[in-house]
Amino acid sequence: MARVVVDVMLKPEILDPQGQAVQRALPRLGFEGISDVRQGKRFELEVDGPVDEAVLARIHDLAESFLANTVIEDFTVKVESDDVVAGAAK
Amino acid sequence: MTARIGVVTFPGSLDDRDTQRAIRLAGAEPVALWHKDKDLKQVDAVVLPGGFSYGDYLRAGAISRFSPVMGSVIEQAKAGLPVLGICNGFQVLTEAHLLPGAMLGNDHLHFICRDQKLRVENASTAWTSDYSEGQEIFIPLKNMDGRYVADEYTLDKLEAEGRVVFRYVVRGEAADGCGNPNGSLRDIAGITNEAGNVVGLMPHPEHATEPLIGTGRTDGLPFFTSILKKLVTA
Repeated sequence: MARVVVDVMLKPEILDPQGQAVQRALPRLGFEGISDVRQGKRFELEVDGPVDEAVLARIHDLAESFLANTVIEDFTVKVESDDVVAGAAK
Repeated sequence: MTARIGVVTFPGSLDDRDTQRAIRLAGAEPVALWHKDKDLKQVDAVVLPGGFSYGDYLRAGAISRFSPVMGSVIEQAKAGLPVLGICNGFQVLTEAHLLPGAMLGNDHLHFICRDQKLRVENASTAWTSDYSEGQEIFIPLKNMDGRYVADEYTLDKLEAEGRVVFRYVVRGEAADGCGNPNGSLRDIAGITNEAGNVVGLMPHPEHATEPLIGTGRTDGLPFFTSILKKLVTA
């Protein structure tokens, strides 16, 4: 089984009040020197069977039509290697 | 025979019953439509009501947009069926790309619920002909994700083509002093498609159709009388 990760972020020109609220909270927590925070979404898709180009193309379509709204969001699709998956589970 | 206007109920719809009531008050016949049915029961127009369909998961309207009923609504709206999206219904219409732009969380991050002054900018759509251009109306607004955004090109195009149907009255002498309620670009409260049959807005006309409730005025009723006139004279 392989994992495909879709990251979705608001486009840079779109105001992100949630990210701003997080950024404003940072000094209170003793974190200085962070000038901007943008908040996005991460989807982890567990794929049955091998992730070949056809599967990736379908996931790309899924991301473009459903997981992201490309009017306001950008997305990336990445295959996570088994090592990374195993590492994340520790 | 009067016009039959469908009201879709999604899981999480809140205002479907109020919308049916408003349609009845205007003199038309409300027809309940179910999100799992492709069948639109041969209605003459459709209203997508407010609420939190599918819990607003992923993005407001994003999951509803792929429900079976929406396949039929999208197809028929493109062929001219009048469709009105109120609040969550507006969000569904932008997610379905029947209307341009997108809806995001209010810029102040709070749910907002208040009576809102709007200016009618376009009184020639299927849903606004009983208003007059420049008229100011007062109807309830209640939402979390009411911030209308679109790129500059789209906003300019909407303005140039007269497709901004309602604006929040936040500037000038008539302003209510409460400011833009959600950070919507260019104070846009509602828009229409090129043909004028699809209209979406955040505020709730269906909650302002009887003097006893809401704002105590009936400023929302013309939405429903507009479409009725259009359908019975068509």
